[in-house]
Amino acid sequence: MEAVVDELPVILHAFWLTVRLTVISGLIALAWGTVLAAMRVSPLPVLRAAAAIYVNVLRNTPLTLIIVFCGLGLGTVMDVQFSRDDLSVNNFWLSTIGLSAYTAAFVCEVIRSGVNTVPMGQAEAARSIGLTFLQTLRLVILPQAVRAVIAPLGSLLIALTKNTTVAAAIGVAEAALRMKNLFDAHGDAVIPLFLGFAAGFVVLTLPVGLLFGWLSRRLAVAR
Amino acid sequence: MSAATGTGRATVLYDAPGPRTRLRNNVLTLLFGAALLLVAYLVWAKFDEKGQWNGKLWRPFLEADTWTELILPGLRNTLSAAAVAAVLALVFGAVFGIGRLSEHRWVRIPAGVVVEVFRAIPLLMLIFFAQYGGSLAGLIVTEFTAVVFGLMLYNGSVLAEIVRAGILAVPKGQAEAGYAMGLRKNQVMRLILLPQAVTAMMPAIVSQLVVLLKDTALGFIVAYADLLNAGARVVPANFSNLIPSVIVIAAIYIAINLALGYLATWLERRSRRSPRSTAVPAVPEGAAGDEVTLAR
Repeated sequence: MEAVVDELPVILHAFWLTVRLTVISGLIALAWGTVLAAMRVSPLPVLRAAAAIYVNVLRNTPLTLIIVFCGLGLGTVMDVQFSRDDLSVNNFWLSTIGLSAYTAAFVCEVIRSGVNTVPMGQAEAARSIGLTFLQTLRLVILPQAVRAVIAPLGSLLIALTKNTTVAAAIGVAEAALRMKNLFDAHGDAVIPLFLGFAAGFVVLTLPVGLLFGWLSRRLAVAR
Repeated sequence: MSAATGTGRATVLYDAPGPRTRLRNNVLTLLFGAALLLVAYLVWAKFDEKGQWNGKLWRPFLEADTWTELILPGLRNTLSAAAVAAVLALVFGAVFGIGRLSEHRWVRIPAGVVVEVFRAIPLLMLIFFAQYGGSLAGLIVTEFTAVVFGLMLYNGSVLAEIVRAGILAVPKGQAEAGYAMGLRKNQVMRLILLPQAVTAMMPAIVSQLVVLLKDTALGFIVAYADLLNAGARVVPANFSNLIPSVIVIAAIYIAINLALGYLATWLERRSRRSPRSTAVPAVPEGAAGDEVTLAR
């Protein structure tokens, strides 16, 4: 138990990194996933095909492979640099690219399933008052579609929180990698440390689940 | 309303196009097509600048030795870890899924706690814990054991929820009819509920197995000699061709997972076409489709 108390600043710092990874990649994935969903329901076959290929490739590839590709492929081989002098900043942003690219594929599919819940009459009414495709999508369909999938989006955010641990593959010192390092440093305190980190994830994900459950009930479209 | 496959049909979002719309759509198709090609070209050029399309880097994949010595052993390790973990996870899922439905509180509550806890902890942490906790207890934990242990606990817990949802999806009358015939609790479960639940759960189970297969790649982090390890460490160490090698490995993963995904869709369609079960196909809790289960 002392190990957890002694190392509390380190643990909190690791979780702060986890939170930053989650929030930043979550926001990027939400925006990018919405664009992909719009492409997948658009009248143009080119855009539908491009988005479908993206989604199927990304969600059938292991996240670890994507992160490794971003870290070693883009970072080392392609020399994509976010910070010339700080490797940890660089790896942070490279893993953010990987996490958002991966999660966006799932966001796209969730939003698309939300679009399918919107009744036909809504789009027909929108067209009959002369709205264009983009106006229909932006003003009528997406607001209802997103409100219908708040709960699955929350599950995605929880999954993303846990997925940030994969950034350990390229040495981002988030919670899982820190836990391993602390295991090495305090060989006798493996169980308390594990319980501490597990509790940390419960503290991060439990409120998200409750919040999104509440939001989904509150924002549900009454039909 | 079926989803449109061409521009010629109406969907929820747009009408069947008239002549002017068709013209506009064609122009836009051209524009967006050109834009996508431009993006593809820029990416290609960027990689070309670093010499990534150089034949020298790709030639190893035309040689049999690269496959038989480096890649296929990795693939075999990935598949064997996935197979062992899948069997264990299915057993774990069945035991705890049924346990959660028990009438006895002393079975139901612990089973519920186990399932909820292991679903909430990131898989990578479970794998690390298996390694360090196991050696603390004086056991020799190989990378294989650690990976399989983590996969079993995590995916087993998710499968437990699928099993529970599947059993609950069987209409109540089925169990009641069983009891009315004088069957015992375990007979009702074994002869009536489980066979129908399994049919309904099949698509969800196969989707979860795709997740499990993808998650074996976490073994890379603890240096398990899996497919990703072959593609991102072993092959590049021999030919210094990280990007080509990772692309080839990704193609293998995608092919396997797409095949499993089609299997899930086929199973779902089959069970919808000829219902062998009174239960509606089970979708895990909180999911709008199978998308969320795939996200781990």
